[in-house]
Amino acid sequence: MGGWTRHIWTLFKKDLLLEVRQQYTFYGVLLYVASTIFVLYLSMGQPEADVWKGLFWMIQLFICVNAVAKSFVQEGRGRLLYFYSIAGARDFILSKLLFNALLMLLMSLVSLAIFMLMLGNPLAHPLSFLLLSCLGGISLSLVFTFLAAIAARAQQGAALMAILGFPLIIPQLLLLNRASTIAFQDVLQAGLAGMIGLITALDLMIIALAVVLFPFLWKD
Amino acid sequence: MLRQNWWKILCVILLLYTFVAGFLGPVPARPILNETIRNYYFHIAMWFSMMILFITSLVYSIKYLRTNNHIFDIYALEYAKTGIVYGCLGLATGSAWAGFTWGAFWSNDPKQLGAVVALLIYLAYLVLRNSMTDVDKRARIGAVYNVFAFAMLFPTIWIIPRLVESLHPGGAGNPAINADGRIRIIFWPGALPGWTLLAVWITTLRIRLQLLAEQRLH
Repeated sequence: MGGWTRHIWTLFKKDLLLEVRQQYTFYGVLLYVASTIFVLYLSMGQPEADVWKGLFWMIQLFICVNAVAKSFVQEGRGRLLYFYSIAGARDFILSKLLFNALLMLLMSLVSLAIFMLMLGNPLAHPLSFLLLSCLGGISLSLVFTFLAAIAARAQQGAALMAILGFPLIIPQLLLLNRASTIAFQDVLQAGLAGMIGLITALDLMIIALAVVLFPFLWKD
Repeated sequence: MLRQNWWKILCVILLLYTFVAGFLGPVPARPILNETIRNYYFHIAMWFSMMILFITSLVYSIKYLRTNNHIFDIYALEYAKTGIVYGCLGLATGSAWAGFTWGAFWSNDPKQLGAVVALLIYLAYLVLRNSMTDVDKRARIGAVYNVFAFAMLFPTIWIIPRLVESLHPGGAGNPAINADGRIRIIFWPGALPGWTLLAVWITTLRIRLQLLAEQRLH
């Protein structure tokens, strides 16, 4: 294993360990997911497929903002300086991206399960939608992780993150929504693979941008 | 004087040409569009110039990140601001045009949505800058956001309209308007450079104003 993979792994393990010990983010977001979907169930019952799909992606968006918001704020100034001296900016952002992607992956699965339990199951192809929601969760987490870094450097909270992120995420949400429309139809249409390829390419671009831009953000 | 300001004179001449030839010149007769086709010299030119302005802003943001020269940050900010103004004008001219040809001022066309998203992103850029008081930090974080937002947004708003059907010409079964020579001869040499030069003129004036305001502070 090269030096940088070890750095990323160590930083990732540190985040994971913190999470396991503190058990704040995971259970906090879990409660948020459950209560939001429960409120939706109380107010809408079991909606039609179109509404279901729209609500699902909107809820994913809000879950993501909440899950990712804390990831840079929890590191104090001194600790950031320490990581900088031992690991470097690129490893740091990559470990954060990895951790948040994993967190969001888990949350997407959980929220999909609760959605199906409470709001009914209008899916024609549950498996391809499962794949899409995992991919969607990861895409959202990548964008918002970088925006969380920006918001944390600007010493602002989740509110600024939402202001910056919502316009930026619209194209991606449109793509996801469109791709998931395919999963709702009885006849599996061609074009799903192309969409998934496009979303994956976008994700890779975000990672590349984060790696290039984060060192500038980090400097003081 | 002339050596420095020739492009301002050129800008006025080109815009005069656009207005005179654009309103009086011959245009192809198309059903539904009829005489509104002349809006092409204004609406399309606005969007085109807006893209050019945002790309210029991006270039200055990258330059700022590479050199840490404060002036580049002012350039990036002012080009983005003029881009927003042009975007609003493009939205207004497009909306009026749509109202008289498509039957509604707003119809959730993918290109309309893309335009609104672009404007929202650049307005968020201004909000982000205003959230910080430290000049250096504001410049750096603003530049990072500018690069990130541009690189994320523009590929998608160039790709998505190709995936879905649009009312805008240029897609399948809906030929682009500028295929006609009478339109092209006014748009490419007249309207597009004219409006872009006007935008650059406005921006340079604003940059000079900013620099003067800063000199007074020191």
